[in-house]
Amino acid sequence: MSAEPSFVPAASLIPADAPFPKAAKVALGMPQLRKNLAHATGTIRAKRAAVAGELDDWEALRDAAAAIKADVQHRLPELAVEFERNATAAGAHVHWARDAKEANEIAARLVREAGADDVVKVKSMATQEIELNEHFEAVGLKAYETDLAELIVQLAEDKPSHILVPAIHYNRTQIREIFDQKMGDAPAGLTDEPAALAEAARLHLRRRFLSAKVAVSGANFAVAETGSLVVVESEGNGRMCLTMPETLISIVGIEKLLPRFTDLEVFMQLLPRSSTGERMNPYTSVWTGSRGGDGPKDVHVILLDNGRTNVLADEVGRQALSCIRCSACLNVCPVYERTGGHAYGHVYPGPIGAILAPQLEPGRHDDLPYASSLCGACYEVCPVKINIPEVLVHLRQQGPHQAGEQAAMRAATAVMARPRLWRAALRGARLGSMPWRRKGFMRRLPWPGSRWTVSRDLPVPPKEDFRDWWKERGR
Amino acid sequence: MTARSTAREEILARMRQALDGAGAAPGSPRAYRRLLDAGTDITAMLIDRLVDYKANVHHGLAAIGAALGGAQRVVVPADLPADWRIGGAEFVPDTGLSTADLDGMDAVLTGCAAAVAVSGTIMLDTGAAQGRRAITLVPDHHVVVVRREQIVGHLAEALPMLDPTAPQTWISGPSATSDIELQRVEGVHGPRRLDVVLLDD
Amino acid sequence: MPRVALFITCVNDALFPAAPKAVVQILERLGYDVDFPEAQTCCGQMHANSGYKQDAATLASAFETVFGDYDAIVTPSGSCAAMARDQYPHLIGSDIGDHVYELSEFLIDVAGVEDVGARFPHTVTYHPTCHGTRALGLGDKPMRLLRAVEDIELVDLPAADQCCGFGGTFALKNSEVSSAMLADKCRNAAATGAEYLAAADNSCLTHIGGGISRLQHTAGAAERRGPRPIHYAEILASTA
Repeated sequence: MSAEPSFVPAASLIPADAPFPKAAKVALGMPQLRKNLAHATGTIRAKRAAVAGELDDWEALRDAAAAIKADVQHRLPELAVEFERNATAAGAHVHWARDAKEANEIAARLVREAGADDVVKVKSMATQEIELNEHFEAVGLKAYETDLAELIVQLAEDKPSHILVPAIHYNRTQIREIFDQKMGDAPAGLTDEPAALAEAARLHLRRRFLSAKVAVSGANFAVAETGSLVVVESEGNGRMCLTMPETLISIVGIEKLLPRFTDLEVFMQLLPRSSTGERMNPYTSVWTGSRGGDGPKDVHVILLDNGRTNVLADEVGRQALSCIRCSACLNVCPVYERTGGHAYGHVYPGPIGAILAPQLEPGRHDDLPYASSLCGACYEVCPVKINIPEVLVHLRQQGPHQAGEQAAMRAATAVMARPRLWRAALRGARLGSMPWRRKGFMRRLPWPGSRWTVSRDLPVPPKEDFRDWWKERGR
Repeated sequence: MTARSTAREEILARMRQALDGAGAAPGSPRAYRRLLDAGTDITAMLIDRLVDYKANVHHGLAAIGAALGGAQRVVVPADLPADWRIGGAEFVPDTGLSTADLDGMDAVLTGCAAAVAVSGTIMLDTGAAQGRRAITLVPDHHVVVVRREQIVGHLAEALPMLDPTAPQTWISGPSATSDIELQRVEGVHGPRRLDVVLLDD
Repeated sequence: MPRVALFITCVNDALFPAAPKAVVQILERLGYDVDFPEAQTCCGQMHANSGYKQDAATLASAFETVFGDYDAIVTPSGSCAAMARDQYPHLIGSDIGDHVYELSEFLIDVAGVEDVGARFPHTVTYHPTCHGTRALGLGDKPMRLLRAVEDIELVDLPAADQCCGFGGTFALKNSEVSSAMLADKCRNAAATGAEYLAAADNSCLTHIGGGISRLQHTAGAAERRGPRPIHYAEILASTA
């Protein structure tokens, strides 16, 4: 048997730093990837629609969630301080991190102070965003992912391609291969039955859970009035990490705040139904500081900015901070479905990534707001009603434009703003396209028209246009 | 100033600057439901939702023995009612058991704080008859007793029944994952078997 | 009867006179006086959605100048109607969009008719275009009008709610992804076996029609590889 893996990490093939259209082209050329994505997103779309449809007040919940999040954004300084005060009173240590580097350094210091050189991790987008694992590796610490999909990605030495299910681009057969070749203690004769794969992950991680000294988590919600954190999960790996170790470090984006504990009655209806298509996820943990005799003694919270205040400053764009990371927008997006997450070149892919990434890292992802046909499917399913198409257009209007395109647009405006010129242009187009009149369409245009005719014919202007007809019947 | 206070002040200042002139957010409409329709059989709904997510449902105190199945060593919170200790198992009260001890248990038997019918969710807040979080996590089989007055229809009715600052665990079925092709399969790290005993008579 | 203004859209002005002609025929059949302000050009959507806010505002203002005096402006495009309604308020602070109606909105909400007296003895599948459906919220209005057409046979389009991949300049900037979306739309359209694929926007129809035309060519087949694109207004105007 060959020692070389027969699967290839998708992220190694799709260039993360390439502009989206280029990276997308590579992804589009990977048939297994596309098949896996279409299958998984198709499955989850139907489940989401079914459980959202069970609630006759779904739209009222969305309205409430959007309003609560808008309120949070408007009162962010006050709520952050309230959270800090209440969490501290309950025995937590609250830290503040301006950027990824600062958050990573605080976390690494806390791990060392706890006398550990490795940690177990609950799946967390914030730690992905700040590349905590990579930082730990660089300073001689090791972070073990415990979420099944994160484990798959980590073993495969790949990168996450989805917010909720980072290994969505692998099917069961590929996952079996990854376990078989990389896990080290995979059971002999492992099959590709999902239950068998889950069992293998259980065995692989069990001892680590029961002996870990330090865990690192994120949080889905941070409740200001109580100082509580909330983690929403399925497998029980979250409960293990949040309960068993002596030290718990939670890295929480400042936008995760909620004013009140009872606000969970809104979000805990919307989140599970929007993300995994379940009425409720198997496990939700809520904890407030540390409690003697139950769970970690040393509880740390790192409140993370890392570009969020930059997003907050944009009146239109700040709604992106309402995101609860459910992934519903990815699952319905026709672009994401065909390219997967790696093509976006950012930890937040899909429609939400296309509006979040360029705002979190200004100037670095100017191609992403264009990675959308503006079909609006994302806005339709978003449980917190982020008007993603609106923000996409807004960001396009902020960003730089290519000089040739700008000249063409300006010229079009000059013509269209003058009715006489517009009519002359229409006449010109009809004359210019005379040679194709009999054929009825054009099949090969020079660049940039070639980008259209690569896959579709272009009709030619008619012999008699509407204006002729209108004039004729007026006589 | 320390690094911590510098970072704190700087982030708060950035927030205030970002919100300069933003004013207050429009009010929060809360037109959603907080109750199910009157006349909904919430016990029937709870059972339906529990079974849908692969929990086993039993009725009456006497069923606890059967719910525990063949478990021989069963950890229980120290304050578990004596009359719930039914069947041939050895009931081991949690008096600060070690992780290794817990790992040697076949099952855990507890009560709960509330149960939500519409989503089939059992809520624990480490209150009476529930014990600390680790005992309901490490053993592979969780038997939970739900009294009739603990059953509510809607999540909004359950939240006020919880101690908001106590450690909470909301449980909806046994451990599961949707990480393989986004299909739900039961059984990863948490208890893979969940039995619910309803005291609904 | 009130006078209504017709906004034909730049796409129809340049390429597809049949749809606006059909709108005139339908409205006149219902007794409306139709006005065609000849100074009209473009709603500015391509500019706005491509990131050219100032240019879009220039065209939006021109639109307002041309159509400002009308109570009802009817257009055979869900996309252009949505542009006026959703974007004009913050682009130029104008609520003229409240008076712009996509054809089915005008027929059902204003004129109060579903049966416009059409006959179209053909099989038709309907693609609900994204802006019409999601931005404008047309719901099943175009379908209600089509169901009332005599002798029409409507066939469901699989995965109808999926975007065809047009998206304005998206089709050029992300040509490969757009083409992949189009391929699926064309396959689903062909699977219906319908003679016609109808929609409420000629821009999407240009895209889908262009895709089907290319498939036809690539396959070199004598028989059609998919339905003919048609604006649903043409079906409603038909009395064949």
